[in-house]
Amino acid sequence: MTQTNNPLPPERLLQLDDVNVHFPMREGLVKAVNGVSYHINRGEVLGIVGESGSGKSVTARSIMRLQPKQALDAGGSIRFRRKSGEEVLISSEDRQSRTMRDLRGNEIGMIFQEPMTALSPVHTIGTQIMRTVMLHRNVSKADARARAIELLTKVQMPRPNDIVDRYPHHLSGGMRQRAMIALALACDPTLLIADEPTTALDVTTEAQILHLLKSLQQELGMAIVFITHNFGVVADIADRVAVMYLGRVVETGTVDEIFYEPKHPYTQALLRSIPKLGGQKARRLKTISGTVPDPFNVPPGCSFHPRCMRAVGGICNVTTPPEVRFPNGQISRCHFAEEFRSEAAE
Amino acid sequence: MLSLIVNRILWAIPTLIFVSFISFVIIQLPPGDYVTAYVAQLRHSGEYITELQEAAMRQEFGLNDPLLVQYWRWISAIVMHGDFGRSLEWNMDVKDMIWDRLGLTLAISTLSMIFTWIIAIPIGVYSATRQYSFFDYIFTVFGFIGKGIPEFMLALILMWLGYAYFNMDVGGLFSRQYETAPWSWGKFVDLLEHLWVPIVVLAFGSTAGLIRVMRANMLDELGKPYVETAYAQGFTERTVVWRYPVRIALNPFISTVGWALPALFSGDIIAAVVLNLPTTGPLLLKALQMQDMYLAGSFILILSVFTVIGTVLSDILLAVSDPRIRMA
Amino acid sequence: MTQISNTMSDPIYDAVMASEEREMPPLAGEQTTKEGRSYTAKPWTLIWWRFRKHKLAMASLFFLIFCFFSALFADFISPYRPADIDKLNTFVPPANIHLFHDGKFQGPFIYALKRSRDPETARVIYERDTTKIVPISFFVEGPEYDLLGLVPTKIHLFGAADKRQKVNLLGTDSLGRDLFTRLLYGARVTLSAGLIGVAFSFVIGLFIGAIAGYYGGLVDALIQRLMEFIRSVPTIPLWMGLAAALPIAWDPLFVYVLITFILALIGWTHLARVVRGRFFALRNEDYILAARLAGASEYRIITRHMLPAMTSYIIAAVTLAIPEMILGETALSFLGLGLRPPVVSWGVLLQDAQNLRSISLAPWLLSPGIAIIFVVLAFNFLGDGLRDAADPYGR
Ligand SMILES: Nc1ncnc2c1ncn2[C@@H]1O[C@H](COP(=O)(O)OP(=O)(O)O)[C@@H](O)[C@H]1O
Ligand code: SF4
Ligand SMILES: [Mg+2]
Repeated sequence: MTQTNNPLPPERLLQLDDVNVHFPMREGLVKAVNGVSYHINRGEVLGIVGESGSGKSVTARSIMRLQPKQALDAGGSIRFRRKSGEEVLISSEDRQSRTMRDLRGNEIGMIFQEPMTALSPVHTIGTQIMRTVMLHRNVSKADARARAIELLTKVQMPRPNDIVDRYPHHLSGGMRQRAMIALALACDPTLLIADEPTTALDVTTEAQILHLLKSLQQELGMAIVFITHNFGVVADIADRVAVMYLGRVVETGTVDEIFYEPKHPYTQALLRSIPKLGGQKARRLKTISGTVPDPFNVPPGCSFHPRCMRAVGGICNVTTPPEVRFPNGQISRCHFAEEFRSEAAE
Repeated sequence: MLSLIVNRILWAIPTLIFVSFISFVIIQLPPGDYVTAYVAQLRHSGEYITELQEAAMRQEFGLNDPLLVQYWRWISAIVMHGDFGRSLEWNMDVKDMIWDRLGLTLAISTLSMIFTWIIAIPIGVYSATRQYSFFDYIFTVFGFIGKGIPEFMLALILMWLGYAYFNMDVGGLFSRQYETAPWSWGKFVDLLEHLWVPIVVLAFGSTAGLIRVMRANMLDELGKPYVETAYAQGFTERTVVWRYPVRIALNPFISTVGWALPALFSGDIIAAVVLNLPTTGPLLLKALQMQDMYLAGSFILILSVFTVIGTVLSDILLAVSDPRIRMA
Repeated sequence: MTQISNTMSDPIYDAVMASEEREMPPLAGEQTTKEGRSYTAKPWTLIWWRFRKHKLAMASLFFLIFCFFSALFADFISPYRPADIDKLNTFVPPANIHLFHDGKFQGPFIYALKRSRDPETARVIYERDTTKIVPISFFVEGPEYDLLGLVPTKIHLFGAADKRQKVNLLGTDSLGRDLFTRLLYGARVTLSAGLIGVAFSFVIGLFIGAIAGYYGGLVDALIQRLMEFIRSVPTIPLWMGLAAALPIAWDPLFVYVLITFILALIGWTHLARVVRGRFFALRNEDYILAARLAGASEYRIITRHMLPAMTSYIIAAVTLAIPEMILGETALSFLGLGLRPPVVSWGVLLQDAQNLRSISLAPWLLSPGIAIIFVVLAFNFLGDGLRDAADPYGR
């Protein structure tokens, strides 16, 4: 927040400070992203977790400057370190600026949730990859094709030489998502944004894709922003985790911190709602009470208070909690975050 | 791909039989038959025929046979010998009367269609990518007006404007001196001078409609995830829009080219009557008014056959342009 | 309430989470009330709210209501009868209504006509005599009629105070008939033909579309084929062919019904397609599956669950189909194949404006065409507004 004007630390790849995105709608203003801050270092995997509608995707699209057209940028800064080492202030770039077009597909790759519809239905897989390669690199068509086959091999696509000339509707969901990954990796990006890449897949395929992403990340050394609403998936892949609720990051920390010492009631509730392998048989899953409020009537104060078991009248429903920073780097946005530390120690 | 084409063509056969049967039924619908009309015509010119002779003629022409037999005789004459029967009104073979006019109709309709596409597609794309912009509103209003004004009204209004303010006669396809002259450069130029009115009249409504549909299709497509993927590759907006969604948004059009032409034929009928064009419209109208049913039925049959062929063609085109359909 | 009760709770878990044994979050209350208020509105109310925001659609709705009322009370509003011939008053241009004469307020009046003959063409020409005023009065006596077919009366909304003068707001035609009167009477026929034609095609389209969409499979394939057949016949020639086959001698009312039926016979495919599409979308919705699993009969599923869910779509589609019907009737009558005089419809009226000679002589004969344009536009705006309002995801 205060460091907005300071240069990024050298290991920092991407940093968001107090990002806001609003939607003017028929029924009122939707503050889909309401002061989000997170950062990611080179070669790191940041998991972003939250119930659907919490603003994960809108934030991710802000990084690409690809928000829906009716979105209003309501402030905040997004900074990114390019391959050249130079720093760009993405948030002040125009949607169609030269710089943004250079970044997209070249330095930042993106994978979407819907493998069924995220590829052009009227072009072959090969054509789609080749176009990206040829857009950012000065290579011949033959070289681009060779690159496409190489990428398909890299994402462990069966029969890459054949698939390269196939249309998306010839492929299964898992294969399409592999093709999507190949497309995103076409120009060796330093940052990969994966927006719920496995949500639409069955469990087996999900595990394969996660495994693939992890091994590619290690091989290529890129950073990944991994968005999901599934805590289990985060545990598998992420180094650090940011938990989002109603357009805000409510807690950030390393995977271990988040899983073993959650410092925010929402994180705790989420964790309680996931089944744990090897947990006691008798343990009952708890769902979070109530439903996510509709985005036009975000509760005042801490927006989680109507569902929070620890909410205290007069505080939680009045003042927005500040960021509480712990010595280990964990951050929680809860008035009582300090108290959880002692509890967890018990 | 090949099997799809064959499949389509095979499917067209029952449709063709259906439309030809409908055309025949229309020929048969008015009370009385060929002989009744013929007798009336003879009586008109002072000749007289006994009932016995009348019955003999019915027998000879097979008018007492079941409907299906008559239909078979009619359609096989058309298919085998190109014999569409005789126009009582004009006392000519139908086949000698229709082809010239059909040619002109086809030419005008095709030109209007090309005109429509050239104008409507870019505007539709523009409107969709600049939704709610000033020009989008302008085009939307134009679209509504185009939908609200029937062709014949537009023709009437143009005629009136042309007469009242420009002192010109916008009817017809040729000036008087060229009307019966053989084809020459001068006649061709004269044709072009007259042609724009029917083309504007015919294209106006369909352009407005096409803009609306194109805009809606584009908005649909622009909202799809693959467009976002394309943007995420770093392509410019122009590349993204024209390379991906436009191609797909055009598919519904390709699938209706076949219908666009007959729709224009239909529009042409009324506009041509108003504008006094030497196309199929006025002749069909006259045939229907005079219950000159072989002539009218032949027109309806030919227009319907064009439609069916158009449909088959557009299905094939669609399969060429959209690989998802090719597979099915 | 979504919380699962802890009947078999495990002690360790309970100990750790001791502070959270409450069933409900402490501050849960206020939010539910807030939500409750904004979501209790019924779907129809919501649609109405959204529809109200479409200024153009609202204006169109009022305009159309106005038109239908004018048509209903045509005999009261119009000063004359549609068939009243006046040989001395042919091709009279429309009269402008004035309020002030010589700077003095006079109430509504028109200037009297001065007839003269063009010395060259010997044609009658009219000029307004700006010295002679003809006052217009309201609720004057005129030709007798039955109001709404029930109450015999002679009172008309307006007319010339002086019985020997005429008020022709839209001028007269070649027989001196008052165009304003004829336009109003024509509205009855044209507008009702649109409604009845749509009603026919609605019944056919709904029935067939529902069957296709609900059963799918072979039935659907056959119906699809049938619709393709029908759509592959060019509409206007087919309409013309069928209409031309109607004997001229038949009763005009019967011809009218048949014409609307002919329009519907071809027009239903569009509605059927909309219905079929909605049925397909709905068929796989969870609540329909649930109803089926619960053993509800097919008839009940269709009528109680599926039809209500698409009423709004159907209303929009029907609204958009009406102008097509109106245009169809007009085109046929205009060509002389549909309704024929003495029936008065807008298409019949436009027959008088068919050639350049008459419209250059009397451009006001085009006024039924202007009426058609406005009504068709209004129906389109209304239908679009309804469709947008019915779409819950619209902007
Ligand atoms: N195009 C849009 N127009 C209006 N509101 C939107 C749009 N996209 C997203 N939103 C709003 O933004 C909020 C966050 O959406 P999103 O980022 O997609 O959530 P998530 O990805 O966490 O599930 C949602 O509540 C939604 O109402
Ligand atoms: S601030 Fe209050 S309501 Fe919000 S999470 Fe903390 S305890 Fe719960
Ligand atoms: Mg999302």
